[in-house]
Amino acid sequence: MGKLRGTVYTETVVFSPPEAYVNDVPYQLAIIELENGKKTTARVMGERVSIGDRVALAETHDDVQYFQKLQE
Amino acid sequence: MEDAGVQPAEIEAFYLGNFAGPSFVGQNHLAPYVASGLGISGVPATRFEAACASSGSAFFHAVSAVAAGLYDLVLIGGVEKMTSQPTPKVTEILAAAGDVSGEVRAGATFPALFAMIARRHMYQYGTTREMLAAVAVKNHANGAKNPLAHMRKVITMEQALNGKPISEPLTVYDCSLVSDGAAAVVIAPLDRAAEFTKRPARVRGIAQASDFLALDEKDDITTFRAVQCAAGKAYKMAGVQAADLQFAEVHDCFTIAEIVAIEDLGFVKKGQGGPYSLEGRTCLNGELPVNTSGGLKSKGHPVGATGVGQICDLVQQLRGEAGERQVRNHSLGVAQNLGGSGATCVVSVLEAA
Repeated sequence: MGKLRGTVYTETVVFSPPEAYVNDVPYQLAIIELENGKKTTARVMGERVSIGDRVALAETHDDVQYFQKLQE
Repeated sequence: MEDAGVQPAEIEAFYLGNFAGPSFVGQNHLAPYVASGLGISGVPATRFEAACASSGSAFFHAVSAVAAGLYDLVLIGGVEKMTSQPTPKVTEILAAAGDVSGEVRAGATFPALFAMIARRHMYQYGTTREMLAAVAVKNHANGAKNPLAHMRKVITMEQALNGKPISEPLTVYDCSLVSDGAAAVVIAPLDRAAEFTKRPARVRGIAQASDFLALDEKDDITTFRAVQCAAGKAYKMAGVQAADLQFAEVHDCFTIAEIVAIEDLGFVKKGQGGPYSLEGRTCLNGELPVNTSGGLKSKGHPVGATGVGQICDLVQQLRGEAGERQVRNHSLGVAQNLGGSGATCVVSVLEAA
C-alpha cells in the first residue's frame, strides 16, 4: 500500500456512466480526506468503502487515483 | 412577446442562456442565430453560459442592464436541445460543468456528485431515502397538473424508492429529466410596465454568486456557499426575510438538491430539509409550496432554459394563472437557479406589482 492515506468523506457507486467509462460500471467513486486535510476525488478498487473508512492509494493510471480500504 | 404585446423591432437587446448547444447540436454563436429567427436584428444578442444556471445568469445580467438605464425593453431567453444524443454522451456533456481535469476525469457524473452530497447529508443529518423520495413524489404530483410539464405522471412513494439505481443512493426517480425546451421573458423598467401588461411582476431583489467548480474543494458539501451568498444579497435588496417568501421554485436537478436548497435559502435550519419535505410542508397546500411547476424533476430540465423557465413559473403564480396548482398566498415568491454542483447560483425575488 502507498503512503498516501486518508478517510472516506463521501462515496457513491456509479451505474450510469459517461461515454469514456461505459465499460467500467458499476464503479465506486469517493471523495477522500487526506491526512494533510485536503480532499481529492478518486476511484475505489476492491472492497466497497463507506464514510469514515480508512483508505490508502493503491495505484494511479491516466491521472486517476485508485484507493483501497486499509485493513486495520 | 405576444403576452407583452411587444413587436420584435421594439426589443433593444437579447440575452440568451444556453449551456451546451455546440456539444448537443453542433451549433455555436446561438444568440444572434435565435434572435434573427425571432425577427430581432441589429441589437446586441449575447449568449450566457453558466452550466444549468445559464439563463438565470442571462436574466441577472439583463435586469442589471435595464436597472442601469442601458435599455428599456429586453428579451431574455433560455434554450437547450438535449434529446438528440444518447444518454452516455449527454452524461459526458453535462459533466463538463464540473472540474474536468479532477473529479470528472476520476469518473464523476452529475448524478454521482449529487449522490455524494446525498450520502454526506444522510451521514451528517440523518436524511433518509424516504425523505428524498418525498421530493420526487411531490414534484411529480405538481407536474402532472402542469400542461407544460415534460413528464405529467404521478408516482408513488413505493415506485420512487424502488427505481433503477443511477448513482447510489440516487435512483432514476431522484434525477431530473433530459429535456428539450425553451423559455422567454420580456423585462422593462417598472414605470413602463403598464404599457405592456395589466399584471406585471416586479423584480424586487436579484443576485448571482460563484464558488469552486470541484466538489472536493468545498469545506462542507452539504451546503452551497453560492446559494447562501446569492440569497443573502437578493433578500437584502428586496428588503425581505426568508419567512416573508410565500412560495419557491428551486433547482431540484436531483431530489437532494431541493432539500439542500430549502436549507440554504433559509426556509429551514441546516439538516431539517429532509424531515420538512417528508412532512408534506412543501406541497401545494403546505406552508411553503416548493416547485409548484413540477420542478426540474417533472416539468423537465432543458438546462439552459431552466433559469428563465423558473421566472415564468413564478410570474404565473404571481398573476394567479396557475390553475389547479395555484397557491393561496401568491404575492411574493423566489427562484433559485443552480449551476453545476454549486459553482454558480442566481436567486431572484419577484412580487406582484
